[in-house]
Amino acid sequence: MTVPTNLDRAFRERAAAEGMLDVAYDFTDSPVGELLVAATERGLCRISFDPEPEGELEWLAKAYGVRVLRSPRPLEDSRRELDEYFEGRRNEFDLAIDLEALPSFQQLVLAELQRVPYGATATYGSLAERIGKPRAARAVGGALNKNPVPIVVPCHRIVGASGSLVGYAGGLERKRQLLALEGAMLA
Amino acid sequence: MEAVAIPPFERFYEDTREEIWRYLVRLLGREAAEEAFQETFLRALRGYAKLSHARHLRAWAYTIATRVAVDERRRRAPAGTIPELATEDERPAYAELDHLAGDLPATERAAVVLRYGYDLPYADIAAALGSTEAAARQATSSGVRRLRRRNT
Repeated sequence: MTVPTNLDRAFRERAAAEGMLDVAYDFTDSPVGELLVAATERGLCRISFDPEPEGELEWLAKAYGVRVLRSPRPLEDSRRELDEYFEGRRNEFDLAIDLEALPSFQQLVLAELQRVPYGATATYGSLAERIGKPRAARAVGGALNKNPVPIVVPCHRIVGASGSLVGYAGGLERKRQLLALEGAMLA
Repeated sequence: MEAVAIPPFERFYEDTREEIWRYLVRLLGREAAEEAFQETFLRALRGYAKLSHARHLRAWAYTIATRVAVDERRRRAPAGTIPELATEDERPAYAELDHLAGDLPATERAAVVLRYGYDLPYADIAAALGSTEAAARQATSSGVRRLRRRNT
């Protein structure tokens, strides 16, 4: 006799509806593989390419609080917008994003990154310049590499000085896929 | 020096939900167990962020479930009926005990089942019943005496 599915679902829904979660998460399919998406009350806080929940949930608990529960409802908008993006019907995300748990330098980099438009690319160096730290290209790279909300915060649009892809936490193949989807010109 | 880290709630929920569900079904019957199940884990969520360590998480889940079940039975007491016990059970020892303790007063029944079915210490039973440890001992032993009288 196992917990009835509808009871399990009802509990997960109620926990979120009553505002008792630090983080709600769910999974969603995409052309770049299954994604784990997670949100706090303030907004989307994590998209993971390798939804190996054990490590992810630990990270979420440490960053945002231990009340981490799979609960689909709070992620509905995120999943829908991601679907639209992957279907080529959306160029911009209208999602609140919660980057509060990150170091301030990283927040600064990621905020600036969000101004790089769909279909365009920028270099690490130019991003460093835009935040007023022209010699911090390497640190910018580090901040991007640890971007907790890839795709929506578009670190895939940042390329090397020669226009080469350079690196991507989700793997270069995914970076190529995302840029191709957006019709970006690649070197 | 660091205490066992408190796992993400999802882990705790996945690890305990099945046995807590079976436990509540045995105590309350299937229908009432549904609401009690949600209430148990909502209460657990409420307290979860305030836990200072991850020891005895399983016993903690049982204490909350028991408290919810006792509340529920008290609430329904005027109606006078005690729900049918579930017959399915993968752990015959518990089922046997539950069956025996089936019509004890709610507090004694919970105390007996927690003590002898789940091996919880009196301190946890006391927490579950919202009483003192002495009262938990008392409820357990008077439950056992009542059972003995009845079964001899």
